[in-house]
Parts: sequence; C-alpha cells; structure tokens
Amino acid sequence: MKCFLKIMKIFSGAKLVRSRKTIIGLGAILGIVVLWFALTRWFGIIPVSRFPTPAAFWDALKQIELRGYAGSRLHDHAWHSLRLIIISFIVAVGTGVPLGLLMGWNRKAEAIINPIFTLIRPIPPLAWIPLAILWLGLGDAAKVMVIWFAAFVPSVINAQAGVRNIDKSVIEAARMLGTPPLRLVMEVIVPGALPMIFTGLRLSLQASWTTLVAAELVGALVGIGFVLNVAQQDIYPAMIFVGMLTVGVLGWFTTFLLGLVEKSVLSWSVRGRA
Amino acid sequence: MQPRLSFVETVVYGFIGVAAFLGIWYVLPTTGLVSPQFLPGPVTVAERVVVLTTQPFAGATLPAHIAYSFTRFISGFLLAALIGIPLGLVMGWFRIVDEVVAPLFDGLRFIAPIAWVPFAALWFGTGVGGPILIIFAGAFPPCVINAYRGAKQVDPQLIEAAEMLGTGHLRMMTEILLPASVPSIVAGLRVAAGLGWQSLVGAELIVASTGVGFMMVQAQANVATSTVMSGMVAIGVVGLIIDMLLRRGEAAIRRRRGMAE
Repeated sequence: MKCFLKIMKIFSGAKLVRSRKTIIGLGAILGIVVLWFALTRWFGIIPVSRFPTPAAFWDALKQIELRGYAGSRLHDHAWHSLRLIIISFIVAVGTGVPLGLLMGWNRKAEAIINPIFTLIRPIPPLAWIPLAILWLGLGDAAKVMVIWFAAFVPSVINAQAGVRNIDKSVIEAARMLGTPPLRLVMEVIVPGALPMIFTGLRLSLQASWTTLVAAELVGALVGIGFVLNVAQQDIYPAMIFVGMLTVGVLGWFTTFLLGLVEKSVLSWSVRGRA
Repeated sequence: MQPRLSFVETVVYGFIGVAAFLGIWYVLPTTGLVSPQFLPGPVTVAERVVVLTTQPFAGATLPAHIAYSFTRFISGFLLAALIGIPLGLVMGWFRIVDEVVAPLFDGLRFIAPIAWVPFAALWFGTGVGGPILIIFAGAFPPCVINAYRGAKQVDPQLIEAAEMLGTGHLRMMTEILLPASVPSIVAGLRVAAGLGWQSLVGAELIVASTGVGFMMVQAQANVATSTVMSGMVAIGVVGLIIDMLLRRGEAAIRRRRGMAE
C-alpha cells in the first residue's frame, strides 16, 4: 500500500510538471499570436509590406485554397511536394541502408567505397541542384535526384555505424549456434543496427525537406517551394507566410509519421518504448 | 563481423575504389557513351577550375566568388553563435525561459532554413543581409541545442558548490555553465558550420548576384556543365576546410581538458 502511494505520488508529480509545461508552452504561442496582432495591426509597428497582418494571412490562405495560386490550390501543391519526399525518401533509404549494412559488415567493401564517399560527401546536397536541373530539367526527376543525394548519405553512414556498434558477442553466439548467413543478417544484424538506422533516417528526412524546398525555389512548376518562389516575385508577404507555415506543417507531419514507424518497429528496444 | 584489414590492404582497396570511380567518370564522356556537354570528365573539370581562377565568370573569378560566399558565411555563422550560445545557456539555467522558448523553437525548427529565403530577400535584400539571415536560420538551432544540452549536463555538485558560495545568476552562467559546456558547444558549432555553409549555397542559388552559388546558377543557365561542377568542387573544398579547422579546435579543447578524443 505504501509502495502504491509512493508510485501514485511520483506519477501525479510527473503529470503536474507536464501540465505546467503545456500551459506555459501554450501561453508562449498565444503570446506570439497576440504580439503578431499588436505589432502589425493595432500599433502598425511592422509595415504590411514586410510582414502580413493576421487578416491578410487569412485572406491569402483562403485565396490559395479556394481559387488557387501559382497554378494550383494549396493542397495540390502540398501533396505534390509530400509525394516527392515520400518517393525519393523510400528510394534513398532503400538503396542507402543496404549499402551501409554491407559496408558495416564487409571490411573490403568499406575500404573500397569509403574513399569515394569521402570525395563526394563534402559537397552539400543543395549544390547538386544546378547539375540536376541541367541533367534532368525542371520536372520531378531532378527533385528525386537531389533528395536522393540528401537522404542517401545519412542512411549509409548510420547503417554502417549501426552494424559496427552491435555487441560482438551476440554475433559470435549466433555464429557458434550455426545460424545460416541469411538468418544472421535478418535476425541479428538488421535488428541490431536498427536504432542507429532510425537516427540516420531522421537526419535524412530533415535534409530531404531542405533540399526539396531549395530545388523547388530554384526551378519548378508546382509545389510548396514554387509557391514561395512566385510569392517572392509578386512581393506578397502573406502568401510567403502561408508557404512557410505549410513547409513547417509538412515537415512536422513527416517527422511524426517516421516517429510512428520507429515506435512500432523498435517496440522491443529501450528507445522505441521511450 | 570480419577482422580488420591491414593498413596496406585499406590503402590498396581504397585506391581501387577511387580509381574505379574516376575511371568510369573519365571513360563515359571520352568514349562518347555520354555527351561531354552532359558530363564533362574529371580532367575537363580540373582544367576548368584552373581557368576560372583567372578568367571571370558571372562577374568575378572563382576565388573572388569564394571570397564573397565566405564573408557572408562568417558573418551569419558568428551571429548565430553569438545569439544562439547565450540563449542556450539561459535556457539551461532558467527553467521558465526554457519552458517559454522551447515550444516556439521546436515549431520554427520544422521550417527548413531555405524556406526563409523569400522573407530574407524582402527584409534585407539580396546583397549581404538576406543571405546572412539564411545562414543564421541554418546555423542557429545547433548552437542553441548544444549550449542547452551542455548546460544541462554540468555536474550538479559544481552548481551546488557555486550556489552555496553565493554566486549570482550572471556569474553562474559565464563562469560555471559556459566553461563546463564548451565541448558540447564546439561540437554544436561544427554541425552549425556544416548546415550554415549548405544553407548559404542554397540561398546563393536563389537570390544573390555574387558568390559560388550564383556562379553555378549562371553556369546552369548557360549549360556550362563543367563550370557547374567546378562550383561544386569549390564548395566541397571550402566546406571541408571549415570542418577541418573546427575539428582541430575541438580536438585541442578536448585534449586540454584531458578528455578522450
């Protein structure tokens, strides 16, 4: 009974801290919104030509969603960008993780591939954009290529590090018990490397968004980056703000999805449960 | 796991890898499998880099473009460090600041730094101010996060001892938290430099009239593939040098503190 009370106390304490955090956090966000109203609308300290008033923002949001802007409506732009991210991310991870696993497992493969990586890695993914446009034009193929570059490298590096970090005695035990190679890979190597792989995937995802937005800003015909580009040329601060918010929401959403996948895949590990 | 390779083996295999990479790159355009216009060979690109050091392209020579980019980078990076590190320490010391700033910060973090480009151009123009804001947007979060983490990981005994001796808030942050979190901060600066450099290149691709990124966009418009690739080489080399310098600094600090490298 005493023990039970103690546990209850700890739990209610934790809950209290959490609710305090939530309240202050919500208060901070509310404060920013009030500040936004105050600076742009009530006192007019920030001119409308620099940053939109809440009303202008709302109008821009209605305009792009109901009548369309830069060629299509908001959800079409958003879906186009999101789809590109998902396709390219899956392609990059599908090629990067196996290569990383191979490099982690096979020392010869690592010795051959690593120097090539050292040559290519310092070039940031964004620097591939002009080349991608030269090679593949302004369409989706160029975007897939640059996102692939952005997401590929972190997947490889972390998969490799993940294999290296597996406890050697686990592998030796599996070998001693006569585990055939395929089972060894599927049941020891891959699960052992998974936590690190997911760390890599998160970095990959962030890099993917940065690269896609940049690529769409440089040249595109549809997508959120293109909305930003057109809004910039039209000097339309409210629409720029709509575009930025959409980028933020989409970035948050994909990170959230990846978190869900991680939780279900890594439910056995400490990190998955946390 | 396989046993480690000897040094000689590593060098030999590494040589095979690089030779194969350069070989394929060389053979594809020279045999005409791929048009040299589409993929210039490594020799062509190297020659182009040499030519660009003296012959201006898009208004300046390659070293001049690099100088423009680097000046912007340094300004934005220093600004991010000078604002980000104190903010991180304050967040690590005052719980209320942490609780107020963290949700805003987390919200902003999901917006890719490059998405600030339109506002940056609108607010500060495309010359120096705009690109600096983009670098700042890229480099700021790692500065804050690592200073915060460093401050949170300070040995509580040190803090308690200082508190018992009546140390004030300001001295606590400058003389206890800051020195104790230097390793974490320097690690953060390395990440920040990488992100800042890459954001700058992106910003120059979109809005700028000088810099390596601008040169590459101009080259792209002129279908000068070898010039685009020269720009990529320049960006890679400068990025590598920045990273090497910071790595040196990090190692020196760790050594002085007797930490394992």
